[in-house]
Amino acid sequence: MTTKTLAVAASLAIASTTAFAGGHGIDLTGKTVEFVIPFSETGGSAKWANFYAPLLSEALPGNPTVVVKFMPGAGSTKGANWFQEQDYADSQGTLIFGSSGSTQFPYLLGDPRVKYEYGDWNVVLASGTGGVAFLPPAEAEKLNGLDATGLAGEDFIWGSQGATRLDLVPLLAWKMLGMNVEPVFGIKGRGDGRLMFERGEANIDYQTSSAYLANVTPLVESGAAVPWMTWGALDANGDIVRDPTFPDIPSFKEVCEATPACETSGEAWDAWKAFMIAGFPAQKMVFLPKGADADAMKTYTDAFNTILARDDFAEISGARLGVYPQMTGDMATATLKLGTEVDPAAKAFVVNWLQEDYGVSLQ
Amino acid sequence: MDLIATALPALGEAFALILQPQQIMFLVLGVLLGLSVGVFPGLGGIAGLSLVLPFMFGMEPVSGLALMVGLVAVVPTSDTFASVLMGIPGSSASQATVLDGFPLARKGEAARALAAAFASSLFGGLFGATILTFFILIARPLVLAFAMPEMLAVTLLGLAMVAVLAGRLPLKGVAAACLGLLIGTIGEASHGGSLRMATYDIPYLTDGIKLVIVGLGIFAIPEIISLLRQDQSISRDAKLGAGWGQGIRDWWSNIWLSLRCSTIGVLVGVIPGLGGSVVDWIAYGHSVQTTKDKSNFGKGEIRGVIGPESSNNAKEGGGLVPTLIFGIPGSGSMAVFIGGLALLGYTAGPQMIQNDLNVTYTIVWSLALANVVGAGLCIALSGGIARLTTIRFALLAPFLFMMISFAAFQSRQSLGDLVALFAVGVLGIFLRRFDWSRPAFLIGFVLSSQAENFSANALQIATFRFKRSFEQGMDYIASPIVITILIVTVISVIFGIRQSKQILSEGAVESGSKRAPLIFLLALLAYMVVAWVNASMIDLMSDKIFPQLVSTVGILALCFLLIRMMRAPEGDAIFADREAGGEDAEAPHKLWPTMAWLGALLVLSALLGFILALAVFMLTFFRIRANVSWVRTLVLTAAGIGFMIFLASTLNRDFPPGLLQELVDLPWPLR
Repeated sequence: MTTKTLAVAASLAIASTTAFAGGHGIDLTGKTVEFVIPFSETGGSAKWANFYAPLLSEALPGNPTVVVKFMPGAGSTKGANWFQEQDYADSQGTLIFGSSGSTQFPYLLGDPRVKYEYGDWNVVLASGTGGVAFLPPAEAEKLNGLDATGLAGEDFIWGSQGATRLDLVPLLAWKMLGMNVEPVFGIKGRGDGRLMFERGEANIDYQTSSAYLANVTPLVESGAAVPWMTWGALDANGDIVRDPTFPDIPSFKEVCEATPACETSGEAWDAWKAFMIAGFPAQKMVFLPKGADADAMKTYTDAFNTILARDDFAEISGARLGVYPQMTGDMATATLKLGTEVDPAAKAFVVNWLQEDYGVSLQ
Repeated sequence: MDLIATALPALGEAFALILQPQQIMFLVLGVLLGLSVGVFPGLGGIAGLSLVLPFMFGMEPVSGLALMVGLVAVVPTSDTFASVLMGIPGSSASQATVLDGFPLARKGEAARALAAAFASSLFGGLFGATILTFFILIARPLVLAFAMPEMLAVTLLGLAMVAVLAGRLPLKGVAAACLGLLIGTIGEASHGGSLRMATYDIPYLTDGIKLVIVGLGIFAIPEIISLLRQDQSISRDAKLGAGWGQGIRDWWSNIWLSLRCSTIGVLVGVIPGLGGSVVDWIAYGHSVQTTKDKSNFGKGEIRGVIGPESSNNAKEGGGLVPTLIFGIPGSGSMAVFIGGLALLGYTAGPQMIQNDLNVTYTIVWSLALANVVGAGLCIALSGGIARLTTIRFALLAPFLFMMISFAAFQSRQSLGDLVALFAVGVLGIFLRRFDWSRPAFLIGFVLSSQAENFSANALQIATFRFKRSFEQGMDYIASPIVITILIVTVISVIFGIRQSKQILSEGAVESGSKRAPLIFLLALLAYMVVAWVNASMIDLMSDKIFPQLVSTVGILALCFLLIRMMRAPEGDAIFADREAGGEDAEAPHKLWPTMAWLGALLVLSALLGFILALAVFMLTFFRIRANVSWVRTLVLTAAGIGFMIFLASTLNRDFPPGLLQELVDLPWPLR
C-alpha cells in the first residue's frame, strides 16, 4: 500500500513541477491521434500503449480518438527511422511515437542501421520499469547472505532474446559477479524464457516487473523460484537504490558490494549502470515529432499530467505497469538524457565485450 | 473428483454470467466482426482484435470477453470461404484446406465443401472448448513436459508430412521443402543476428519474408492467374452440384476422422511455441494416411477438407490453455487477446485461474457459443456464397488482385510487400507449372525458424546436460514423449513415401519436352548454391549451420534429379510441365500477359500509390480484358475502391504509397 501511495504522491509532485511558458494548447476535436509503436501487437510496448491510448483520448482537449498503430521491423529501428522523417507541421499533434529500451540500445551502441536522432524529438512522457532476477531453490541455497561467490562454480543456462537487447543488462551483471552463465539465444520473448525456467531447462532468469508480479510471484509462493535481486531504481541524485516495487529484494548494487569478485566502480560498473538506466528506469517514452511547438508540448504534457493525477491511476496502473515513476515535463527530459546518452568509454566496453564473449559485431 | 468439484460450480456460474441478453449481444457482435474480418485472406484475429481493443477499457469484463472470444473463435471458421472458393489460404490455419477444398469448388461442389468444413469446424470448436474446461485445471504439468527436444520432435513430425505431399517424385518434394526452409532463413538469424541472403542495403529483406506473403504468393497467385487464363468461372461448367446438405452428411459419415483431427488440433494447440501453422498439415497428413482409397486427394476428396478444418478450430481451444495458465500467447492473436484481458483488468496467468475461475470459464462458454453461432451463420450463407463460383472469373479477378495486394501490404506496410508478393507469386507459378510440391515448400517455410531454433536450443541445453552427466543428458533428449513422437514420425515417413505416388495433391500433370523443366531445375540449383556460399561466409556457427545443412541436402536432391533428367527420355514424369497439355496449355490466354496485369498493378502502385493505381487498373481491366460495358466498368470500379477505403478506414490501415506521394501531399485515401 505504501508504495502505491508513494507513487501517487510522486506523480502528483511531478505534475505540479511541470512548467511550460505560455502556450494555449491545441484543440483536437474530431481528430484521430495515431500512437505509433515500432513493435508488433504482441510485445510489452503494445501493452503499455494500449494502456495509455484510451486514457489519453479522455484527457486530450476535444477527446480525439487515439489509435495505436503498429509498425514493426528490424527490432523497432524501422519505425524509429520512419518517425525521424516526420515533421510536426504535417501532423499538427495527431502523431505521437512510443519508443522503448530496444530502440535506445541500438542507438547507444552505434548500430549502422540507426538513422534516428533522439535529440530531434520532443519527449512528453517517460515511463520507468524494473527487473527482478530469480533462481531455483537449489541454487539460491548457495548464496551466503548477499554474497554471490557461492554461485561462481555453478553452470547456469539462461533463455535469452539476444545479447544486444535488454538482456545485455543481466548478462553483464552475472559476468561481473564472476558467474558462468551460458545464454541460449533465439527465444521469442521473456515469457518463453520463464517457461524454460519452469521446465528446468534454464536455471536462472529475470523478468521485467509487471511480468514478475503476474507470473513469477505464484512460482515464488509455491517454492519453485526464489527472488534474488532487482536491477534497482534511481533516486533523485541518480544513484541506484532499492526498487520501490520490491522493497524486500536487494538490488544488484547491494549484491555486487557484498561479493568480493564484483566492484561498484570501474569501467564494467559504469557500463552496466549506463545501460541499466537506458534499459529500465528510462525504458519507454512518448514523443512528438521534430518541430513540435510549445502549444503542442503543453497540450500533451497537460494530458499526461491529468492521467497521472486520476484518483484511480495507482489502481489501474499498478497491475499493468508496476509501481514506477511516470514522468512528464522537465523530469521526462532529464530521463531522456539519462536514457540516450552514455559515456563513450562505457559504450566501447560493451561493444568490445559483446564481440569477445558472443562474437556479435555491430558493423 | 476434486477436479469436478472445482470445475462444475464455476462452470455453472460462468454459464449464468454469459447467458444475459447483453453478453449474448456482445458475443454475436464479436462473431459478426470475426466473420467479416476472417473472410479476407491475410486479415485474421489480430486485425479483428485490434479493431475492438480501443473499446475494451472500462467495459464490463464478461461482455468484453464475449466480444473478444467471439471474434477470435470464428476466424478459423470464416477463413474457409477464401480457401475453398478462391484457392487462397484464408489464414495460416487453413492452408491445407485449399488442397481439396478448391478442387471441390471447381467441380461445382463448393457448397458441399463449405458445409462439410463448417460442420467440422463446429465439432472441432466444441471439442476444443470441452477439453479446455477440464484441461485448464490439470494441464500445467503436461505443458511443462514439452521442452525443446519435444517441440523439435513435433516440428519434425510436421516436416514428415512432406513425405506424404511430395508428389510423384519424392526427391522433388524434398528439394521443394529444402527451398521452403531456405527461404525461411532469409534475413537476420534469430540467434546471433547474422544476415542470410540479405543486406542492410535492402532493409526489407533483413526481417525476412512473412508467411502471409508466401501463402498468398505460392497458392493464390498461381491459381488466380490460371483461372484468369481459362476465362471461365471457378466452377468449371458454372453450375452448382451437390449442396450443403450433402456436406453435412459427409461430415457425419467421417465423424471419427473429425474427432481424431480435433484431438490433434487440441494437442498441438496446447504446446506454446508451435503455433497454428503446422496443425492443419499434420491433420491433412493424418487424413491421407487413414483413407483407404487415396486416389482422390488433391482432386476434391472431402476427407481432405474435414481433417484440417476439424483441427484448426479445436486448436483455438487448445491454444487458450497456455495463454491462460502461463500467460504465454500461443499465437499473434492470443498475444493481442492477453492485451485485451489486461484492459479488462485481468492478468492471464495462474492467478486468474485460481482466483477468477468463473470469469475464466466464461471464456470457455463464449468459445463454445461463438462456434455454434459462427458455424450456423456460415452454413446458412454457404449455399448463397457458393454462387460466386459460377460468376465469370474475369469479373472476380480484379477484386482478388485488390484483396491480396492489400492483405500482403498489411504484413510490413512497405512497397516491398508487393514486390515480394509478385516475386513469390512467380516462384509459385513455376512450382505449379513444373509440378514441384507447393505444400512441401510451404511446410518447409512455415517450420523453418522453429526447426532451426528448437534444434539449436535443444543441442545447446543437451550439451550442457551431458557435461554434467551422461544420464542427465539422456533424460533430456530421450524422454518418452520424444521417442513416441519420433516413432510416429518415422512411420509417417515410411508410409508416406510408399503412398505418395498415388497422392497427387495438386492433380495430375502432363509431361513435355526437356528444356523448360531443366532450366527451372538449374535455377533452383543456382539459388541453393548461392545460399550455401552465402551461409559459409557467416562467422557465427550458430547462424550458419542450419542454412548450410539444408542447402547441402537440397543441392544433393537437385543433383540426383539432374542426373535422372539427363538419362530419362522426353515425356518422363520428371519433365512434368502444365504448359505441355491439359487445362493450362489449352487456355485461351497466355501466361505472361495475364501475369503482366498483376505486374501492372504493382508498377502503378509504385508510381501513383495504391488507390489511384487500383482505379486505373480496374477501369482498364474491366473495359479491355473483361470486355464489359463502360457503365458496368464504372460501377464495378467504384464498388471495389469504395469497399477498399471502407475496409482500410475501419481497420485504420494505410495504403502503399508511390512516387507521386513523395512529391505531392495528398489527403488520406490517396496518401
